[in-house]
Amino acid sequence: MNFVLEALAYILDPANWAPGLRSPLPIGDRIAEHLFYTAVTIPIAAIIALPLGFYIGHTGRGRQFVIGFTGAMRALPTLGLLYFLTMIVGYQLDLLQSAFVGSIIALVILAIPSILAGAYSGLESVDRQTIDAARANGMTEMQILVQVEIPLALPLIVGGIRSAVLQVIATATIASFLGLGGLGRIITAGIALNDFTVILAGAFLVTVLALVVDGVFALLQRLTATRGLATRRRDDRKNLRTLSSGPAAAVGSPTTQGK
Amino acid sequence: MSWTLSNLDLILELSVEHVRLALLPIVLSFVLSIPLGWLANRNRTLRAVIITSGSLLYTIPSLPLFVILPIVIGTRVLDDTNLIVALTIYGVAVMMRSAADALSSVDEATIDAASAMGFSTFARFWRVELPLAGPVLLAGIRVVSVSTIALVSVGVIIGSSNLGYLFQNGKQRGILEEVGAGIVASLLLALLFDVIIVLIGRVLMPWNRSEDRSRSRARSNMIPIKQDVGA
Repeated sequence: MNFVLEALAYILDPANWAPGLRSPLPIGDRIAEHLFYTAVTIPIAAIIALPLGFYIGHTGRGRQFVIGFTGAMRALPTLGLLYFLTMIVGYQLDLLQSAFVGSIIALVILAIPSILAGAYSGLESVDRQTIDAARANGMTEMQILVQVEIPLALPLIVGGIRSAVLQVIATATIASFLGLGGLGRIITAGIALNDFTVILAGAFLVTVLALVVDGVFALLQRLTATRGLATRRRDDRKNLRTLSSGPAAAVGSPTTQGK
Repeated sequence: MSWTLSNLDLILELSVEHVRLALLPIVLSFVLSIPLGWLANRNRTLRAVIITSGSLLYTIPSLPLFVILPIVIGTRVLDDTNLIVALTIYGVAVMMRSAADALSSVDEATIDAASAMGFSTFARFWRVELPLAGPVLLAGIRVVSVSTIALVSVGVIIGSSNLGYLFQNGKQRGILEEVGAGIVASLLLALLFDVIIVLIGRVLMPWNRSEDRSRSRARSNMIPIKQDVGA
């Protein structure tokens, strides 16, 4: 318990937040860096994965590809990918640049499967009758996608982004071993100094950051749910056995992707 | 290829270590998740608690969990136990949701029929519910196995010896091929485990595989049975 209290004291000590300190401090800057990497990575991954997921979900073409791809990506060791890409990029750029560029590429690659699966299974979960009704009403395919499917699929799409964000936060922590900034730096510094208090403080900070971001996305998922559907689902919940999780279970929570 | 060929011994040795570290978490998460999944189907509050705690545990990033565990379970910092426990936690977090879904996917009419035939709750669980939940459980443990093997390599940061060593060593010595060999070896192990689990599933659940075939055979063998009206 002593270590825990010391680590908390380290986190709460205003001196460790004071600007102008040398790496790995101040803590505020490390949190900002960590969020910055996430904010850079997720949009890039989304630009690649969302249209593809929408296309596959809307047409139903390439479903096997999504299933195989997300499965295979799960087997990819994140640490290996990080080292591999930073080394390749390192042939062209200097050390710090290659750590940044290589890590960002790795993070984008790791974020794509969750977002893709979320978009695909979100569209897949939309009731076929609703889509047929939209088509019968004279909507074009594009209108069906934008005005019917995507709004109804939004909670699952957000769920996919949610697990991608968590994946990025977890992997960015590891990437600090290759020279990337962020909260992982505090853990790295602690290991280098053999100071367990610092290691623990860094670990707590990353964990809290991940839990807070996860909470924000959970809220966002709830807010994006279409109203009528949300109440219907609550009715279903009365009967425990009908609560089998189809595609929602696959991406609704961050329980599908590796770290 | 030259690096790989001259270091096959090392790769093999590290692969064995890798398997050793991954095997226990995979088995443990399967065994521990089934009672948890069963509990989750007893009661809605329990289900909410189990599902939520699972997703919260899974939210904890891997490296922080590896370094926090020593103080929680009282092990030394550079101890393989930390890695094994951490991987088991992730495995259980994923698997207990699968187990809950698997057990709730069993048709209620089947369960009622089993009760009507005189199965006790205990016997019904082992002989009816668990076998029928098998396919969903299998899908869950395949996910756990693949992601556990991918995660083991992160353990190299906290001093564990496994295929992750090739990543670190390769980077330090500037041998790209070594890092690549590590990735390929890790992917192959994941594939090997997956194949083994699928095979175990086929042996344990032979009805599952023959479903499609038997259905088509049933159709072709549908010779009308002669009705012995007179006899």
